[in-house]
Amino acid sequence: MARIELDLAHAYRPNPRQDGDYALLPLKMTFEDGGAYALLGPSGCGKTTMLNITSGLLVPSHGKVLFDGRDVTRLSPQERNIAQVFQFPVIYDTMTVAENLAFPLRNRHVPDEQIRKRVGEIAEMLDLSGQLNRRAAGLAADAKQKISLGRGLVRSDVSAVLFDEPLTVIDPHLKWQLRRKLKQIHHELKLTLIYVTHDQVEALTFADQVVVMTRGKAVQVGPADALFERPQHTFVGHFIGSPGMNFLPAEVQGSSLLLAGRTLLLPRRTALPAGPVKVGIRPEYVVIAASDAQGAVPARVQQVQDVGTHLMLTAEVLGGRVKARLGVESPELAPGDTVWLQLVGEHTCFYVNEELVP
Amino acid sequence: MQLVLDGIGKKVGVETWLHPMSLALRSGAVTVLLGATQAGKTSLMRLMAGLDTPTAGRVLVDGRDVTGVPVRHRDVSMVYQQFINYPSMTVARNIASPMRLRRQVDVDTRVRELAAKLHIEPFLDRLPAELSGGQQQRVALARALAKRAPLMLLDEPLVNLDYKLREELREELTQLFATEGSTVVYATTEPAEALLLGGYTAVLDQGELLQYGPTVDVFHRPRSLRVARAFSDPPMNLITAEVAADGLRLRGGPVLPLAPSGALTGGSVTVGLRASALRVVPREHDVALPGRVELAEISGSDTFVHVGTAAGELVMQLTGVHYFELGAVLTVWFSPAQAYLFDAAGDLSMAPQRNRGQ
Repeated sequence: MARIELDLAHAYRPNPRQDGDYALLPLKMTFEDGGAYALLGPSGCGKTTMLNITSGLLVPSHGKVLFDGRDVTRLSPQERNIAQVFQFPVIYDTMTVAENLAFPLRNRHVPDEQIRKRVGEIAEMLDLSGQLNRRAAGLAADAKQKISLGRGLVRSDVSAVLFDEPLTVIDPHLKWQLRRKLKQIHHELKLTLIYVTHDQVEALTFADQVVVMTRGKAVQVGPADALFERPQHTFVGHFIGSPGMNFLPAEVQGSSLLLAGRTLLLPRRTALPAGPVKVGIRPEYVVIAASDAQGAVPARVQQVQDVGTHLMLTAEVLGGRVKARLGVESPELAPGDTVWLQLVGEHTCFYVNEELVP
Repeated sequence: MQLVLDGIGKKVGVETWLHPMSLALRSGAVTVLLGATQAGKTSLMRLMAGLDTPTAGRVLVDGRDVTGVPVRHRDVSMVYQQFINYPSMTVARNIASPMRLRRQVDVDTRVRELAAKLHIEPFLDRLPAELSGGQQQRVALARALAKRAPLMLLDEPLVNLDYKLREELREELTQLFATEGSTVVYATTEPAEALLLGGYTAVLDQGELLQYGPTVDVFHRPRSLRVARAFSDPPMNLITAEVAADGLRLRGGPVLPLAPSGALTGGSVTVGLRASALRVVPREHDVALPGRVELAEISGSDTFVHVGTAAGELVMQLTGVHYFELGAVLTVWFSPAQAYLFDAAGDLSMAPQRNRGQ
């Protein structure tokens, strides 16, 4: 296993001049030995480029890739000792499940006794023990993908295991079980795992550290709670959570905040520069307040949706629109009603130039 | 426009694709067709559109029998999963095409208006292939809206898009549907999407129409176990129970102090608990189900905790990001008042009281 450092940029065409010419903007990034990472972002954000540079399928146009301090920038995946799992099953149909799992080990001339033991362990973890002697050909797509996962995980001496949207072909009802398997396997095997996905549930569930990417840039690296509570960039606030964070324009004047036509006291412990800021509030942290209550702002109800487990309020305030997730016990509201909302509190984030003010 | 399906059914050879069903769609509103893949959603839509003819029953439009009238003689617009546009026409001409066919005047104004509503104004002079998937689907939607057909059919129109785009477009669509006033039929596999669209929902399962009514009513009062299963994500927790003298004895021990209606004396019944009805901090009169954590899935806005208990494997939905160790001991609590009750035949016999009106 290895500690992987990236200090690079990548453009698919020569002579990049502006930001838009880069698939990956200049970045420094470290994957610690034994960590579980997810690269998360919309299509075109650069996550697959980063994965391919890490694996050795792609040589970056600028900079270096280091494995435990050694420059591997121009080495192939084999030379870097990388195992990979792709979107679709890559297995040998004519082989049995056991032979498929053993294949990466046989290639490396691992002794038979060790192969048997390791294949047994991996099959056990993935619930494939009962099917070891079956031919892979007759299996369903999700069983085949489990074999692919097993092949990726079977070698204990790899630098890292890289996954590219590996649960795409899995039936939604079975996905969570495989997510659990992957998580258990990470706990047991302590391999360095890097996982590419556009699915926030997959990334946040699987990884200890999630790398959120947009437009060729890693805008935040952190655990799920940090991405939810303290998004470092407005994109993270928007992308994580459904619906994402509300953003409203405001102005700081000394110790007060001009927001939605009201002058509010800034929460303690926030030292903000005077001038315009963007206020970020999660729908989960908007609270209905009494009329004219201290710190509250008036809003006009646009829509109230019963989404089953809670109510989703959409309301207009001076300067923007706010979504609020309310408990089912909330007072009855109808479009056109005026409602007072407590927006600013300990969970509120402040942004200048789209970056979080710490 | 009033669309009525009167005892329609569809057989292909010896196979029954749609069991005989009758349905009067609420005119001028959205009806969601909710069901898993293969439930019959697309088959039903094709009958509504006139692309196929039913093998039994009649299709009535505003009281007129249109069974067997082909789609080109009906006033229907359709949007499919795949982004279907004319590849050699610009975005503007794509949107204009249904209006030009009708020799409508003022086409340009209407094209601009629709493009503005769907945020594709900057791309009017481009070809569809130059746009992202989300933008291409917006073009297809704009063209469908341009037709101003009294009946609009959408077959999982957002399924091929990233979830953030899906969120945005779904919201725009609900607003457009509200202002355009057409009768809209929208097929989806996702319960959450049905709730966000609101309107009315028809639940389909294996070619059968199980229930039709206002979306929130169907969600809160599913007529049967089959509807409850089809209309819950995460799945409703279902626990078998025996009717006992002091209430309902759940599998694994605990007794719910519920007095089921007379029809339930003796025999086994099913208790249903929504994931959001389960909690980790007990309130007064809560029932306890001790267990172990199997996995915590994190979506950002919610954490879905899978817990193995004597009553079976349960899923609990908590707001925000929460971490749980795999295998950790955890007691799940719920209020008996939140329980659904289904009789031995799988029919609803009791649903939780809702403390709000329509």
